[in-house]
Amino acid sequence: MFEYLAAFVVGGFICFLGQMLMDIGKLSPTHTLSTLVVAGALLDGFHLYDRLIDFAGAGATVPITSFGHALVHGAMSEGDRYGFFGIGMGVFEVTSVGISSTILFSFLVAIFFKPKG
Amino acid sequence: MERRGKQTWHFDQPVYIQGAGTAVGPEELKGPLGSCFDVSYDNLYAGQENWELAERQLMQDAVEVALKEAEKKSEEMDYFFAGDLLNQIVTSNYYAREVDIPYFGLFAACATVMEGVALAALFVDTGTANLTLTAVSSHNATAERQFRYPTEFAGQRPDSSTFTVTGAGAVVIGKKPSLIKVTDATIGKVRDYGIKQPFDMGSAMAPAAADTLITHLKETRRDPSYYDVIVTGDLSRVGSGILRKLVQDKGITLDRYEDCGVMIYHQEQPVFSGGSGAACPAVVTFGHLFKEMKEGRIKRMLVVATGALLSPLMIQQKESIPSIAHAVAFEREE
Amino acid sequence: MAVDEQQKKLYQKNIKLYQPKSHVIKNGLKAFLIGGLICTIGQGISRIYMTFLPITQEEAMSPTLATLILLAALATGFGIYDKLGQFAGAGSLVPVTGFSNAMTSAALEHKSEGLVFGIGANMFKLTGAVIAFGVLSAYLVGLTRMLVEMLINS
Repeated sequence: MFEYLAAFVVGGFICFLGQMLMDIGKLSPTHTLSTLVVAGALLDGFHLYDRLIDFAGAGATVPITSFGHALVHGAMSEGDRYGFFGIGMGVFEVTSVGISSTILFSFLVAIFFKPKG
Repeated sequence: MERRGKQTWHFDQPVYIQGAGTAVGPEELKGPLGSCFDVSYDNLYAGQENWELAERQLMQDAVEVALKEAEKKSEEMDYFFAGDLLNQIVTSNYYAREVDIPYFGLFAACATVMEGVALAALFVDTGTANLTLTAVSSHNATAERQFRYPTEFAGQRPDSSTFTVTGAGAVVIGKKPSLIKVTDATIGKVRDYGIKQPFDMGSAMAPAAADTLITHLKETRRDPSYYDVIVTGDLSRVGSGILRKLVQDKGITLDRYEDCGVMIYHQEQPVFSGGSGAACPAVVTFGHLFKEMKEGRIKRMLVVATGALLSPLMIQQKESIPSIAHAVAFEREE
Repeated sequence: MAVDEQQKKLYQKNIKLYQPKSHVIKNGLKAFLIGGLICTIGQGISRIYMTFLPITQEEAMSPTLATLILLAALATGFGIYDKLGQFAGAGSLVPVTGFSNAMTSAALEHKSEGLVFGIGANMFKLTGAVIAFGVLSAYLVGLTRMLVEMLINS
């Protein structure tokens, strides 16, 4: 049960931070998401995001911050092997599922549904 | 026409409303004025394939009702004045395609309707035209997708936001006497007080409304009490509060003052601060206020339509929001 | 006469009284609750995958995210996700479901312009920046790490 509580608290907290960025920082949704992605990337630079995932599971992988973490993770795994060019080779490795499925599903929904306004 | 000061036109020749028509969408139908509108739809598509076509349908419906009430055909109109919120005012242009009338496309955002009525009245007063047709439209979905976010996007809006009215209003103006006379018009100047948030247009537009209203009263040498009601187009709850304060600072107390954006929806409807859009002042004036005039509850009114002249690109370039307000005075003929 | 800077500043100061106050604490709480809930559901979905497939928690992350993305895309298509957004704010925007909603709603909105210029081109309208900055920061972080490691090893 603890895993669910940890997921709830950590995930909720990251969303709370996002809300603060929007309400107090007056950032737009796109700005907010971009900031959080960069934050996730930075945290993974210090190997901190992995620890958060071990602790909170989905509470750390579901928020958009994990996207930044995944990009750095992928970049680093190839970068360790091939240096600078490895970064470009690996950057989308881990997030591939996320981006491809979003493209696929948004396309399909756009074909079969109509916006309601 | 007699000029009063620099911005006001006093129409001393006969200028009368021959007919008016309004068409609205689902939220407006559910509002307190729902029964005053001529045509309504229970969804945003108005029987069309996409929203841009739906907006055109609304304009067509409003024009048809206006012409029917005036007992005239579109061929009898000398000039057509129309505008809307979309880029290149496509609703108006593409509808003007259907009617064979010399056409003036106008853009003053949500102030377009009174800009159109003022010009139409001037044409009739000066004998430039016998009959004129004026129409404006706006649509919640077309405005959202052009100015803000995709309609199904889960973005959170602040309480100061306004809700674009889905609708269209049309009016035929001519010389033949009727119950509603157009007596004066004050043409506004663009005012920009540095407001940059597109989700708070009331704050951006209030100074322009105040400026035009004060100028109108000054140039016509009238007191606010001359009018049974003074109405603004779409300042919403936020903007109308600011307007009262702005005119109070100049020593003017507004007695019977209302805002079309506040009138058109119930407070319980999910519309934040109130209605906005080019159709907002149009449908409220032509649907509800004209009815009040015909039934004798309003004898003299001033409609100050307000428009925020921004574009999404300007906001991204960190520009602020310039606004304008045009006012037209109507009087009941005994 | 056009408006001068001083008048502008004075106006903006004076109208603060008339502008509605934003409910920061209340919004923060709603975001926390809904965001936490979505992540908890994600954890549950992850558990389900781990039960029926021989995969670790780390490996389950991919199908879990894909499932959430699909659910959000469908909710967007049915017109219900935006209603959640007004209530939850960042609570529905920050989880990957928000990313899915952003792309799906943009794609859906522009279907009237066809497959290529409508759906295809507009899909990334809201999320393009997120991907761009994500990749840029990955490069930055990656390069910095490599530089630091080089300095440490030399």
